[in-house]
Amino acid sequence: MAKPVVSLDQVTIRFAGDSGDGMQLTGDRFTMDTASLGNDLSTLPNYPAEIRAPQGTLPGVSSFQLHFADHMIKTPGDAPDILVAMNPAALKANIKDLPRGATIIVDLDEFSTRNLSKVGYETNPLEDGTLDSYKVHAVGLTSLTVAALSELSLTRKEAERSKNMFALGLLSWMYHRPTEATENFLKAKFGKKPDILAANLLAYKTGWNYGETTEDFAVSYEIAPAKMPAGVYRNISGNVALAYGLIAASQQSGLKLFLGSYPITPASDILHELSKHKKFGVITFQAEDEIAAIGAALGASYGGALGITTTSGPGLALKSETIGLGVMLELPLIIIDVQRGGPSTGLPTKTEQADLLQAMYGRNGESPVVVLAPATPNDCFEIAMEAARIATTYRVPVMLLSDGYIANGSEPWKIPDVSTLPDLSVEFAKPQEDFLPYLRDTKTLARPWAIPGTKGLEHRIGGVEKADKTGAISYDPVNHDLMVRARAAKVAGVEVPDLVVDDPQGNAEVLLLGWGSTYGPIAAAVESLRANGENIAQAHLRYINPFPKNLGKVLEKYSKVIVPEMNLGQLSMLLRSQYLKDIIGYNMVRGLPFTTAEIMEAAMEVLHD
Amino acid sequence: MTEITLTKKDFTSDQEVKWCPGCGDYSILSTVQSYLPELGVPRENVVFISGIGCSSRFPYYLNTYGMHSIHGRAPTIASGLAISRPDLSVFVITGDGDSLSIGGNHLIHALRRNVNLKILLFNNRIYGLTKGQYSPTSEQGKVTKSTPLGSLDTPFNPISLAIGAEASFVARSIDSDRKHLTEVLRAASAHKGSALIEIYQNCPIFNDGAFDSLKDNETKEGALLKMVHGEPIKSATHGLVHAGSSLKLVELGSVAESDLVVHDVHNPDPSYAFALSRFSNSKLDHVPVGIFRDVERAEYGSQVNGQISDIIAAQGAGDLKTLLTSGDTWTVA
Ligand SMILES: Cc1ncc(C[n+]2csc(CCOP(=O)(O)OP(=O)(O)O)c2C)c(N)n1
Ligand code: SF4
Ligand SMILES: [Mg+2]
Repeated sequence: MAKPVVSLDQVTIRFAGDSGDGMQLTGDRFTMDTASLGNDLSTLPNYPAEIRAPQGTLPGVSSFQLHFADHMIKTPGDAPDILVAMNPAALKANIKDLPRGATIIVDLDEFSTRNLSKVGYETNPLEDGTLDSYKVHAVGLTSLTVAALSELSLTRKEAERSKNMFALGLLSWMYHRPTEATENFLKAKFGKKPDILAANLLAYKTGWNYGETTEDFAVSYEIAPAKMPAGVYRNISGNVALAYGLIAASQQSGLKLFLGSYPITPASDILHELSKHKKFGVITFQAEDEIAAIGAALGASYGGALGITTTSGPGLALKSETIGLGVMLELPLIIIDVQRGGPSTGLPTKTEQADLLQAMYGRNGESPVVVLAPATPNDCFEIAMEAARIATTYRVPVMLLSDGYIANGSEPWKIPDVSTLPDLSVEFAKPQEDFLPYLRDTKTLARPWAIPGTKGLEHRIGGVEKADKTGAISYDPVNHDLMVRARAAKVAGVEVPDLVVDDPQGNAEVLLLGWGSTYGPIAAAVESLRANGENIAQAHLRYINPFPKNLGKVLEKYSKVIVPEMNLGQLSMLLRSQYLKDIIGYNMVRGLPFTTAEIMEAAMEVLHD
Repeated sequence: MTEITLTKKDFTSDQEVKWCPGCGDYSILSTVQSYLPELGVPRENVVFISGIGCSSRFPYYLNTYGMHSIHGRAPTIASGLAISRPDLSVFVITGDGDSLSIGGNHLIHALRRNVNLKILLFNNRIYGLTKGQYSPTSEQGKVTKSTPLGSLDTPFNPISLAIGAEASFVARSIDSDRKHLTEVLRAASAHKGSALIEIYQNCPIFNDGAFDSLKDNETKEGALLKMVHGEPIKSATHGLVHAGSSLKLVELGSVAESDLVVHDVHNPDPSYAFALSRFSNSKLDHVPVGIFRDVERAEYGSQVNGQISDIIAAQGAGDLKTLLTSGDTWTVA
């Protein structure tokens, strides 16, 4: 008899296991299958800084959370409805995030006395009543997998390794996910290792069948596709979207893409991604350190390429002096900082927004740069092109502040029609008499981009202050004052779109204002608050330097402005100093994105104080 | 190819040269300006990139493209430029502090990669611009403002360091010997890949006479061990002979001329050039000058660009639409 099917409007699943258990892959596959079914979704990978912390310990737990729904959603979900815990450590590390009534699937085989004591469980939580308020399915994931693969000529260890595919199969049955894409993925991945391929496919299938046939799982669930605008979609993470945006910028500008980078979490994937696309003429240069990486990018820009460097906080610190040189040389340069927890090494794999002031001011002298921040993984594509537009039009370093949450999180992306992408073509200085390398364009205040190889434009530039127009070395006090102001005016005059405020009733008193990756939880909170009858406005800054021209007016309009940030109030400080507006900061630095509930609570306090 | 007839004047900028009177940088500048027409590269395709230091003012005085960058980082900027613009001739101008203290890391990595850069290291064995502190090439015991009791650090031997960093071309010359420096520049330009040229440079203000033993008529013939490809390595008084796997300095009369080491700049074994480099000690009584090593090795930029052209030849140039729609996609009607 067929089992009953229950319809849900949304689900949040968390896969958790040892970092060697393949949880990120399992999560990725479930995500792809979910995306192809047409649900809206949002993901949050969370992995330890150590590649392989000791097996079965709390520091070694890696997890992947996925929120999917039959409607548009903004976040990876506050709390999981269902937790898959591959061992006691994964259970212990994640149980606190689980609301009562949630479902837990554990690998029963891993709950040995030894493994339990490794993480400080004195008694077995599966037996001592601790989990009474949850729906627990204790399944012998390991033993069932090994038994299913007994016909194959594999060692026990090799067979055990497929248990994540058993879990994936089981969950795929529970939520009616299609299987072809994952089967094809496995075939592509293990095509050259027939034994391993067979093991994975069989474990996957066995997991599915286990759900369908055993009595342990009585119902399965259906989540209808979300209504999304028509188009072709794919799932995309922020780092991949940035890489694609940079390639698009290179294509749309006709400039060679040159990336100088030094590996650092969570920015390395941009380097990896761009390195795959050499057929776009992309040059990726893995330098000896971050200083060399940005130096090479600047050198390439000088030569007429689209010079880019990617890093995270500690690397940005090393790049400061060269960014200052870029300010002085007035050459295009894109600096991408995928922020992580700091200071120092901080929390390398966790997210934070605490590099904002470093981006704005972390250099000697008056050294303004443009600062942009993408709001979502999708937004990374567009903002990369924006960074290129501004850098090449105004000949300035542009800082792009992503963070670990956007970088690794993913969501469906409506693939843009290539013919609608902006024209980013640039003009280099042409051969001319009496060339003046520091003669500014009257509109943009940009100086000419005169690249080596152009006859008759031979000139010298450098970090020593330059005389207006001629670019000769100048120690003249009046000239220095003029040039400092000119560089500041150029950045201040960068054209950016006005801030759009979402205030449906037009008379809200309270504004929730965010920047960067807090967009998701803020938007989700605003949606829920309004559903509860609250009147609240929302706006999100993608341009931080310069701020949108209407920002002052917007701030004036609202009696209370709440700014949630994953730092101790850095945007708040900028807003207060520039607009003399009192800002209500809502600040947390736990290495995790805000939950929707937290922002709702913070807003409620202000709405009803 | 069109004949390019440029002169020294064409390579001289309108900027007033501002080194101290008698500074060795003047003669190096003059030699380079005189040499550049011979390089045969259009002026607009020549780029000089420097770091910070007295010597790093050099690009301002040349009427080519130039960048006076930041302390120690010139090799990084020059690498990005040379890799992305293989049509250019890129020179790096650096001092002993610039290249061996703050920029030591970049120097060794540029050399190991073999980026097509000609690196002119002006070694005055002192920090000139910051007014006379000891440098990483200063002899031990050097008394300066920052080391009133004498410096303690063991100096770097820039040639040994470069050879250790897998450099494919390494040479040494002297500021005042224009003919010799020109020959070395010529060979460096002909070399594909990075070339490091250490140039002993006098700083009359803070380290005057540091290289006098190599310049005074009385001592120089005995002190300069001249390295010429295919000829025995010797000074007026001494020569080098093989001693096991190493080299030994002997008085000329003590061995037969035929026992002297015949110089081979293309010797693939770096330990040969390394052994030669060890004869330059702090006292500068026996100093090899000339080209230590000039071996063929794949140039970095052409390899980088080769990977790109190979993949385009094999798969065609990238198409943005194809890229964006790659992987698992689905359609919402
Ligand atoms: C980041 C940084 N640190 C320190 C300095 C100060 N500084 C300028 S040049 C120099 C040393 C120069 O010595 P060298 O490279 O030997 O050049 P020289 O002046 O002797 O030609 C120092 C320490 C600087 N400009 N930048
Ligand atoms: S201080 Fe020395 S190195 Fe610098 S310009 Fe004067 S003489 Fe030359
Ligand atoms: Mg010096």
